[in-house]
Amino acid sequence: MLAAKTRYEQLTGHLEPEEMIINMGPQHPSTHGVLRLELITDGEIVKEVIPHMGYLHRCFEKHCESLSYQQIIPFVDRMDYLASMNNDHAFVMGVERMLGIDKDIPRRVEYIRVLVCELNRIGSHLIAIGTYGIDIGAFTPFLWCFRDREHIMNMLEWASGSRMLYNYIWVGGLFYDLPVGFEERCKEFIDYFKPKLKELNELLTDNQIFINRTAGVGVLPLDVAIDYGCSGPMLRGSGLKWDLRRVDEYSVYPELEFEIPIGKGEMGKAGDCWDRYKVRVDEVVQSVKIIEQCLERLQKELKRTPEFDPRAKLPKKIIPKEQDFYIRAENPKGELGYYFITDGKTEIPKRVKARAPSFNNLSVLPELARGVLIADLVAILGSIDIVLGEVDR
Amino acid sequence: MDFIGIKNLLTAKYGAEVVVSEQLAGLQPALVIEPNLIEKVCFELRDNELTYFDFLSCLTGVDYGTEENKFGVVYHLASIPFKSQLTLKVIKQHDRSSDKLPIFKSISSVWKTAEWHEREAYDLTGIFFEGNPDLRRILLPDDWEGYPLRKDYVAAEEYKGIKIS
Repeated sequence: MLAAKTRYEQLTGHLEPEEMIINMGPQHPSTHGVLRLELITDGEIVKEVIPHMGYLHRCFEKHCESLSYQQIIPFVDRMDYLASMNNDHAFVMGVERMLGIDKDIPRRVEYIRVLVCELNRIGSHLIAIGTYGIDIGAFTPFLWCFRDREHIMNMLEWASGSRMLYNYIWVGGLFYDLPVGFEERCKEFIDYFKPKLKELNELLTDNQIFINRTAGVGVLPLDVAIDYGCSGPMLRGSGLKWDLRRVDEYSVYPELEFEIPIGKGEMGKAGDCWDRYKVRVDEVVQSVKIIEQCLERLQKELKRTPEFDPRAKLPKKIIPKEQDFYIRAENPKGELGYYFITDGKTEIPKRVKARAPSFNNLSVLPELARGVLIADLVAILGSIDIVLGEVDR
Repeated sequence: MDFIGIKNLLTAKYGAEVVVSEQLAGLQPALVIEPNLIEKVCFELRDNELTYFDFLSCLTGVDYGTEENKFGVVYHLASIPFKSQLTLKVIKQHDRSSDKLPIFKSISSVWKTAEWHEREAYDLTGIFFEGNPDLRRILLPDDWEGYPLRKDYVAAEEYKGIKIS
């Protein structure tokens, strides 16, 4: 069937005498999971990178062919397992729009959804920042980030009963209302977290060694980023103000005030590793801002009442009309999309395809890493911030 | 440019046969494009200043079931300057034997991101993309047999002598 040689065969079929193939991963710590990179190297210089993935493939799309919409939510959790709330939110929004009930969701539910999503976004970015420090050789920020993330984990566990894989946002509502006292404790966390963020910046962001390792390395021009379908902090790091929370104006984001940070090339060139890192740090600040606004509204005009039931609008049967529907939402990693094909008869979708941001962001790696040093490859890969659960699905 | 405008633009350029049909049911309308022209249509939609679909959000390979024996590819395009979205489809009748795959034109020359998406569609649904420079399996092992997202796929019992189900 394959008439011509694939690019892979061309690259690996013939090597020059000074070239060597090195396997990095799947057990290499800086590949952030089970990713294998096949490097064609000339000494310390990487000539080509060929990513091999699929070690964590769990047949998400095949499972969806035999599960109802509500049953798929726990599977969705396990894609980007660092940002389960955001995965749920996108999926649930898609199903709600297909059912036509997206306008009936109580505002308190919407605000709680945004609140937990932004908490989860901070958690995801803290991991990205912390592990990036480790990749570069700074161990302390990693421990500090995990210490602060632990508070978020505890809070979300309090709300949903699970530490990482929440299954908290349901079609038409929520699993439960927030526990009594959640808002106050969340406020306490924010007050605690703000000075810690400042410390983190002093420790890592402005660290001269860190800047030397990341500034001007792995520069991703904007046109290349768009061509490869990069999204999220990858795209914004290259200097484009593109945030689906603002573009699509879903949920209650139009009512909330926040800015979209972009990479400006402060330390080196626009679109380098440092820019991508900085976009994440700035996004954490913006998420804190969103959380504060959510908390204020949840404590004042949308205060909990004894008769409030987050499950009141749950549909008895989830059977969307026969149609195709593509929903996209801004995940911490980028544009997360779900493509549904429904037949209008059963509770089981005909097909669900997930467009994972990490998958697309990773596809630009061979382009970025051509001709860099092996040590810089680690810096570039870390700045992409992939989650293999989502790449392989 | 809206949906009707895009349709008119394509028919004016490539003749009426370029749009096989329109799917207007549901919330997102879709254009079904003549499979041989998909690459040209994508180039036109990307480069035309009125449409400027510079971002390929998603590419999906679909098996439409054992009764119809149809295979299709669905493209979700997005325009960053216009903040618009568009769905394109190509659909072909084809039998389900695994030594003769349905062939579609690759659009990896239009958007680089399509290359990996097409590899995934090839891997899971068994659709061959003519012109993709690196069409290999991406998520499954290289020596995997069959295409799991086909509706008639039977889950493998074992892999290299190891029981897996």
